[in-house]
Amino acid sequence: MGMIIQGATGDWEVVIGLEIHAQVTSKSKLFSGSSAAYGAEPNSQVSFIDAAMPGMLPVFNEMAVEQAVRTGLGLNAKINKFSVFDRKNYFYADLPQGYQISQYLQPIVGEGKIIIDLKEGETREIGITRLHLEQDAGKSLHDQSPNQTFVDLNRSGVPLMEIVSEPDMRSPEEAAAYVKKIRSIVRYLGTCDGNMEEGSMRADVNVSVRKPGEGFGTRCEMKNINSVRFMQQAIIYEANRQVDILEAGGTVDQETRLYDPDKGETRSLRSKEEAHDYRYFPDPDLLPLEFDDAFIEKIRADLPELPDDKKNRFIEEMGLTPYDAGVLVAEKEVAEYFEAVAEGRDSKLSANWVIGELFGHLNRTGKALAESPVKAKALGELIDLIKDGTISNRIAKEVFEEMFETGKKAADIVEEKGLKQVSDTGAIEAAIDEVIAANPDKVAEYRGGKDKLFGFFMGQVMKATQGKANPGVVTGILKPKLDG
Amino acid sequence: MSLDKATVAKVANLARIKIVEKDLEPMAAELNNILGWVEQLGEVDTENVEPMTSVAEMRLRWRADEVTDGGYVEDVVANAPSREDGFFAVPKVIE
Repeated sequence: MGMIIQGATGDWEVVIGLEIHAQVTSKSKLFSGSSAAYGAEPNSQVSFIDAAMPGMLPVFNEMAVEQAVRTGLGLNAKINKFSVFDRKNYFYADLPQGYQISQYLQPIVGEGKIIIDLKEGETREIGITRLHLEQDAGKSLHDQSPNQTFVDLNRSGVPLMEIVSEPDMRSPEEAAAYVKKIRSIVRYLGTCDGNMEEGSMRADVNVSVRKPGEGFGTRCEMKNINSVRFMQQAIIYEANRQVDILEAGGTVDQETRLYDPDKGETRSLRSKEEAHDYRYFPDPDLLPLEFDDAFIEKIRADLPELPDDKKNRFIEEMGLTPYDAGVLVAEKEVAEYFEAVAEGRDSKLSANWVIGELFGHLNRTGKALAESPVKAKALGELIDLIKDGTISNRIAKEVFEEMFETGKKAADIVEEKGLKQVSDTGAIEAAIDEVIAANPDKVAEYRGGKDKLFGFFMGQVMKATQGKANPGVVTGILKPKLDG
Repeated sequence: MSLDKATVAKVANLARIKIVEKDLEPMAAELNNILGWVEQLGEVDTENVEPMTSVAEMRLRWRADEVTDGGYVEDVVANAPSREDGFFAVPKVIE
């Protein structure tokens, strides 16, 4: 569903396109041998190339091309066997070269498409315009000193993939779903860690508005948004701002704006007079990037199962609902956990335990899956105890609770607490007889046609046996006794 | 293609090169001369000729993804006019 803004002059549609900057997972930088790791001491991971010392020449990192091609294949995109590095010229304190090496007219990856997952299992296709390789700039710290800006070049030269979408999104929810899907795909592929807090994934968001059916309006770009929540807030604010301008008879200026999460508003970052003219031209220090089909096919053969394929397999081969399958594949770690639990077991039951109990407990305690006290193997063993009739589903929830708190094994908890399900017909029959004897009026009502009371009797018997009676056995004995 | 004074001033500004007013006109003339020479190349028929990317018969060199450089903060900031705790310190950049 697209987002509609109801203005004084009618409905307005919101049009969104995204540029995602994803840091390539690599040990070293795009054009130098210094480390690309996050969080080191300032300027400790800087080579003379990254610092743009005179006479230094860039040498291309082969990992970057592998990762870009792998990502391109994951985006169902055209791979360009010939691409060119260009210089994008601008001056900024954290850009020592005075230009960023990027790809302009001939990027390494061309058009592609991905499927985004929306509410209620609904999906939409979003077009990818291109993916190109480029260098990251350094980092400026403006708040460390009252009259100076501190510059750290550790990030200077780190390889980035810029993934550009078509203006295909129509609501903040769709933009959020797109970012999540890209993040999921690159994490499955192992081409970017998708960590938005550390800045290894960040988005530039283009927003415009129009009356439904009309051509695209003038867009504004909000740069470097590093949270999905802020992105959605920025889109809502910006779209409403543009509608207000247009309805007051004004025009939207094409410009870069900054989203301020503290104030919840966007403001102009660069005035039109200073609008950037990047004067792109092919970098004379670098030859074109070329490879053959065999190179692409080798990478293709090595691709892991991606979230969409995994989701389809979960639905078709495991019989899961599209919703459950979508939840389980969104994060690579969750999918791996689920598959370990479901291995050789009932898929639906496994899915219910992972999504229901496990996620419920993780959410309540604010833990990530990796910190879960209950590992996949342990949860699988619990499910085995349900399947072989040792414990009922109800008791299993109690056992899980204890497993989550103590990290003990399911079988040990069942043993220690004597929770083993009673399937002994003699003991169960005695309990049933007691319940029937204690409720003569209810028995009469049941026999008079009030079938629903069966549940009441079941409940009483389970209560009398502290929930340990095997429900199947209880039903088998209770039914004929009640029917008389 | 012909450059006027305003365009020369704009390009100079983008390149952070200071050109005083009286030099703009002669600079425009010089640049127009160069552009004129380059435009002569357009007269050559390049239909079906692949763009030349290098004068040498060679391909882009790829290096293995290994950490082989860095780890010398002192050398990197040695020429900085101002520095603080390993950072380059520059006049405040106002966003």
